[in-house]
Amino acid sequence: MTGPHPIRFDTLSLHAGQQPDPTTGARATPIYQTSSFVFRDTEHAAALFNAERAGHVYSRITNPTNAVLEERISALEGGVGAIVTASGQAAMHLAIVTICSAGDHIVASRSLYGGSHNLLSYTLPRFGIETTFVDPAQPEGFATAIRKNTKLVFGETLGNPGLDVLDIPRISALAHAAGVPMLVDSTFTTPYLCRPFDLGADLVFHSATKFLGGHGIAIGGVLVDGGSFDWEASGRFPTLTEPYAGFHDMDFVEEHGPAAFIMRARKEGIRDFGACMSPTTAFYLLQGVETLSLRMQRHVDNTRKIVAYLDQHDAVEWVTYPELPSHRDHALARTLLPRGCGAVFSFGLKGGRPAGRHFIENLRVFSHLANVGDAKSLVIHPASTTHHRMDAQTLHSAGITEGTVRLSVGLEDAQDLIEDLERAISQAQRATQKKPATR
Amino acid sequence: MELSVNGQSTYLYTGARAFDAALPSVMFVHGAGLDHSVWILQSRWFAHHGYNALAVDLPGHGRSQGEALGSIEKMGTWIWQCLDALKVANAHIIGHSMGSLAALDAAAIAPERALFTGLLGIAVPMPVSDTLIDAARDDLAAAINMITLWGHGFSAQIGGNQAPGMWMMGSASHLLARSHSGVLHQDLLACKAYSAGLKRAQLITNPVLVVLGKQDIMASPRGAKPLLQALVNGSSVLLDRCGHLMMAEQPDRVLDALAQGVATVVCAAKAT
Repeated sequence: MTGPHPIRFDTLSLHAGQQPDPTTGARATPIYQTSSFVFRDTEHAAALFNAERAGHVYSRITNPTNAVLEERISALEGGVGAIVTASGQAAMHLAIVTICSAGDHIVASRSLYGGSHNLLSYTLPRFGIETTFVDPAQPEGFATAIRKNTKLVFGETLGNPGLDVLDIPRISALAHAAGVPMLVDSTFTTPYLCRPFDLGADLVFHSATKFLGGHGIAIGGVLVDGGSFDWEASGRFPTLTEPYAGFHDMDFVEEHGPAAFIMRARKEGIRDFGACMSPTTAFYLLQGVETLSLRMQRHVDNTRKIVAYLDQHDAVEWVTYPELPSHRDHALARTLLPRGCGAVFSFGLKGGRPAGRHFIENLRVFSHLANVGDAKSLVIHPASTTHHRMDAQTLHSAGITEGTVRLSVGLEDAQDLIEDLERAISQAQRATQKKPATR
Repeated sequence: MELSVNGQSTYLYTGARAFDAALPSVMFVHGAGLDHSVWILQSRWFAHHGYNALAVDLPGHGRSQGEALGSIEKMGTWIWQCLDALKVANAHIIGHSMGSLAALDAAAIAPERALFTGLLGIAVPMPVSDTLIDAARDDLAAAINMITLWGHGFSAQIGGNQAPGMWMMGSASHLLARSHSGVLHQDLLACKAYSAGLKRAQLITNPVLVVLGKQDIMASPRGAKPLLQALVNGSSVLLDRCGHLMMAEQPDRVLDALAQGVATVVCAAKAT
């Protein structure tokens, strides 16, 4: 059945959440760099504090610039609402603590960003929240690991480091059958490449530092509520279905229905843990979101060219990218990620750790640093940097080889990037052939 | 709070305040396929300003048991049955969209008991397209899409929600998606079938406030003109940059209009 069409993605990227400023007529979103907001009168103040009227009180909890970014990402993801945070880590933490308490349990993919792994493996257990890690390629493993106290199933759209494609439809269905919601880290894909809510996920977060912002200038995160999970029917979530003494005995499901989760996250988590975003950061990130589809398409186009180049290179042992038929999730990627599989991938250089180091040192366009999702191309050699303390066997267990190189492909001319890689590979090969590695 | 009405468990949101028989009561009636949560801000304000706020889930909606009532006349009768169950003699009745038709009919049933009637997003008769009705029967997702788009003014489709960080389009569509099977279809049929509205309006003697959205295409301001002519004691407020789902689009202006309307009646009653 046909009907009216909602405002489309590219238009939402530019406009969602923002009306021209009614006071000044400013077209761009103003930076409301203020800690607090003047009440009209005492009655207005009381109504804001008692959630009888909507509005801003204090920028740790809400801010007009931040609200534009929150609404925009929510619109792009198809959610009911969002909260921007100080970082992607803060967004993940906010998601977890909104529904998990001491004694609760999480089932997570074992293919995760290191920071997420640290939080789940080492930090949260100190607060009584345990995690069971499972192979994302075995969706039934998520169901098997769910316990009576499990509150969350979690994975990344594209897992780290092997770019495992998360089977969101299958895993979310298994989670829902057990009354558990699914949280997805969609940082590598952004809503341009994947809208996890459309596939069955319930909660999404991003490190907005990466592709959403896209320019490597601001640290931030965003947590989005899909609004579709039935917290009441599940029976596992007292923080959402029972009166909260910390906020006027509010029963969040009763009052806010589909938006119960995100309202609790704001009324409690962002209020009490306080990992809020600066309005100036929100402004920076909004500039990135305005061009999201243009940039993501270019990121993907450039990545495809570079993957094709490296995949046939004699000095390259392997390339991991889900669009390659050799990737174990190739078929799933074609189904779930038809627009592309992002712009971060790894490849293995012949010559091991020394070749990797020479390669990195001879790149001129790629920048050697620990980040991804910048407009500029980035590179890192885990064996000599982030994982330099690991021996070959330990590296292998982490899915990394001594020659593994991770690229984050930017928006430069693809030919310049390929020429940069070619030069660095040639010099790395020459160096390692002349002077065998000593470590 | 839970209340038994006609032997069925009925849910009323009271702003987290216990019902107090000594206070004046304000009943809020939601629209087609929706529930009490559309009134959260407005009802919460009344609950903390000297009133019993009674935001109902109509039968078959939200947390209330039973089948959808299927006609506006039955909804009007049910409103008094609900208030009778609470032993409330007189009340202020506020409705939105389908709920406004129900409130209108309730006020006509017992004009002396309806101290103030607030009719939001109303047109009499209320046009409902066959395309939408068919979709509600055959393709709920398409119907939700139509209501979400037609129900919001263009400003709201872009956003700028007064509730920080909330995406109105997503909130509305996900709330509608929670409606029980077949309920939206029955509600829309009830709206379309209600033909007695103008005659019923002539029976209402106490103040009636009609609140309209300038960008409302589901119940356009033009469609409320015959109603305003029929009302003995009617007035209207036209909200700029506002569509049909006005409690979310312009929450403060809706609240201000209702608070003033109810307060005027309460003050007049005290004066006499």
